[in-house]
Amino acid sequence: MSLTAATTLRVVLYEGADAEPLDNADRFSALTALLEKGYSVTRAVADGRVAPHERGSLLVLGKFVGGGRLAAEGVSAGTTVRFQDITGFNTNRISEVVESTRAELGAVKHGEWKPWFPVIDYDRCTNCMQCLSFCLFGVYGVDEQNKIQAQSHDNCKTNCPACSRVCPEAAIMFPKYKAGPINGDVVQASDLGKEKMKVDISALLGGDVYSALRARSSQAKERFSKERDDKKALAERQKCLTKLAQSGDIPMEVLMSLPSPEEIQRRAEEAKAKAQAARALQPN
Amino acid sequence: MTGTPRIIYCHCQYAQVVPAEVKEAVLRKLAESRVAFDAVADLCEMSARQDPSLKRLADGGSVKIAACFPRAVKWLFHTAKADLPLDAAEVLNMRTLNAETVCDGLFNGAVNPNLPRGKVAASDAPKTDPLPETA
Repeated sequence: MSLTAATTLRVVLYEGADAEPLDNADRFSALTALLEKGYSVTRAVADGRVAPHERGSLLVLGKFVGGGRLAAEGVSAGTTVRFQDITGFNTNRISEVVESTRAELGAVKHGEWKPWFPVIDYDRCTNCMQCLSFCLFGVYGVDEQNKIQAQSHDNCKTNCPACSRVCPEAAIMFPKYKAGPINGDVVQASDLGKEKMKVDISALLGGDVYSALRARSSQAKERFSKERDDKKALAERQKCLTKLAQSGDIPMEVLMSLPSPEEIQRRAEEAKAKAQAARALQPN
Repeated sequence: MTGTPRIIYCHCQYAQVVPAEVKEAVLRKLAESRVAFDAVADLCEMSARQDPSLKRLADGGSVKIAACFPRAVKWLFHTAKADLPLDAAEVLNMRTLNAETVCDGLFNGAVNPNLPRGKVAASDAPKTDPLPETA
């Protein structure tokens, strides 16, 4: 879900003119609580530099002196600005005020999805389309210049870095991954060598990941039809996929959530066709 | 580049990849300081959602960012069509640095641009003298 057209709420902890500073402990506590709820918080002090405000709503929190009416400067027309005196408020009360303001303004709620998605390093990417051709979940597409991009972030399977493993240039990052270079760390020469590992996995599985999956699923399917036991079938499928999961660092739940072999084949062909079409349009 | 650099702090809220003690110590130091700053819950979420707030965070000149790997931060902003200024952005990596080093970097007033430019590999890193062998 893109926020380009959605209402966002920026919280400002104001400690400039006409406001008393918060105690250090209170400030830290309020910041932590709001960040943990997914809010962006600006601490504003006299003469301090922070990012400007262009759009969306602003909620200005402060221990305002004298109860005078404050006015926001430098915000664009159409920006909704609310002021809230937090004198005497504890952290919970501050959180409640922010949350109720967010709901009232219809601003987006954060944190309902773990942000796991591929981030492309275009300094390294050669637009080879391997990721597009590999991903079964339709995460990748091309832009109007036929350049690869991650388009459907929500489709990406949490904790699955498989597409980064097939990238020959180590150009695909998952910043929340545990290790480099997938997490964004500098690419080492040995990381590029890991492409060999991918080939080895591919060979090990007898062609490519999809054909391996199809083959294993077909074998399992035959057994399942004989056994007609769902529990055994599930156990067998898990066993078949364990090796693949370990080899490619693909979470088992991702493999287990793969669709039927026929659907895998259809999606794989669709993805490959998209990649081929994109490559065909590339200048030589 | 003139003027005090802005400071952005990323709380990396939706994963446990940044050591909690580093995040907490950096945020505490920021909270106890007298400086202005922008704190965000999670740059990854903002990038994935194409949050327009990233544009305002990227604009406005020199900036220091306490987050994760510079390469990741550069392309997270790019993904949201909010490119950081290559010559005026410094990323302090809370995944690899301790809190003291991060805070020193945030508060020293000088920007040491460190976003990767072009296809950077480990071999491009500055050569350093090998550490003396220990017994």
